[in-house]
Amino acid sequence: MSELSAKVIAGDPRSIGRLITLVENDAPEAVEAMKQIHRYTGQAQIIGVTGVMGSGKSSLIFELALVFRAEGKKVGIIAIDPTSPFSGGALLGDRIRMMDLSTDSGVFIRSMGTRGMMGGLTSALYDVVEILDAAGMNVIIIETVGVGQDEVDIVKIADTTLVVLIPGLGDSVQTIKAGLMEIADIFVVNKADKPGVEQTVAELESMLDLVGHTEYRTPIVATSVKEKKGIQLLTSKIAEHQEYLKKSKTFDTRRRQRYEAELIEIIRKRLMDFIFDEKKLKKTVDCCIDQISKKELDPYTAADEILGKILK
Amino acid sequence: MIKKIRVLVAKPGLDGHDRGAKIVARALRDAGMEVVYTGLHQTAQQIVNTAIQEDVDVVGLSLLSGAHMTLFIDVALLLKEKQMDDVLIVGGGIIPQQDVPGLKKAGIAEVFGPGTPVEDIVSYIKKNVKR
Repeated sequence: MSELSAKVIAGDPRSIGRLITLVENDAPEAVEAMKQIHRYTGQAQIIGVTGVMGSGKSSLIFELALVFRAEGKKVGIIAIDPTSPFSGGALLGDRIRMMDLSTDSGVFIRSMGTRGMMGGLTSALYDVVEILDAAGMNVIIIETVGVGQDEVDIVKIADTTLVVLIPGLGDSVQTIKAGLMEIADIFVVNKADKPGVEQTVAELESMLDLVGHTEYRTPIVATSVKEKKGIQLLTSKIAEHQEYLKKSKTFDTRRRQRYEAELIEIIRKRLMDFIFDEKKLKKTVDCCIDQISKKELDPYTAADEILGKILK
Repeated sequence: MIKKIRVLVAKPGLDGHDRGAKIVARALRDAGMEVVYTGLHQTAQQIVNTAIQEDVDVVGLSLLSGAHMTLFIDVALLLKEKQMDDVLIVGGGIIPQQDVPGLKKAGIAEVFGPGTPVEDIVSYIKKNVKR
């Protein structure tokens, strides 16, 4: 095992930080380390937190982390913010709400840019979750970017997904729309110190009534970080959901789904790397251009042939 | 492999003015860097722990309160203690000219005063980032 992998497993913050950078940068040396640490993973509980921008996700995660810390659990937090499609840069500001945790050695926080990935996540996320898991974090909390209605990829990776809403986002029709509203294991109505909480909770309840009787009814928890309300209730609902997952065998299904998504992502990345290696691709394509211009071959048939060769 | 320059923009100490830090953070973002902003009132320990977890290439410190000789140097010493020698440290804010040599000696690579065009900061970082 490499020195880096060993130090990551031992929980050394500097090495954890380093390996995350390497996987983010798609560095070749990251692959070796990822292979080595895989069998040290699988212990952590993974919680996804998603919701519209400004709904208070970061502040809520800070409060949740405090509760987990009080229970003696080590907490890893991955906070994702958007990468600019124009400059490729990013302003990663979720940490501001969590700075009081930065001197706690039982907490590791990493901010990440989406780097062109759609769906509210970032493509290195699977690796980062594995790294924090291998490093001994008991709980890993993932904060997605502030999402719209259909960025729902967090369900592929989290055991428990919290959808954070705030009062006053719209009428009851919004609650029966597809996408974000379908993925919650727990609904959180945050900023419950603001007016309109009861209505939002009631609309969610009636939406859940439409679903009919299921084994697990998605709980709705009203929270206020400002007034420190509902946080304990939320953590107990998270624990209940974990229990449900384990009892109903859904847990294994979800983990399998995660590994499936991760494997597909690795294959996708490698394929993309190959296809977007302009030089290589141009060389591959080159042989057909003549034939296409002489009308001996049409571009579609040529594309099929080339793809056939690549995927062989 | 896609390497992006990661920068921590930090406000140490009891100074509530972060307009300059935000302007610089935004300029670095527009230059394609990943900028982690700590927010106000950070201790040296908080800044250095954040730099380690975020594995940044650059730490940018902004201070307008006059405590730079203590706080900037605290951050530089602590970074060194944690073997983060390959991190480029830069400072900005209201820093009297006579303090600059002392700061540089302590490991602050460059100091940017009021009126510095943000392009200068961007190109300095791009040229001097150590890894």
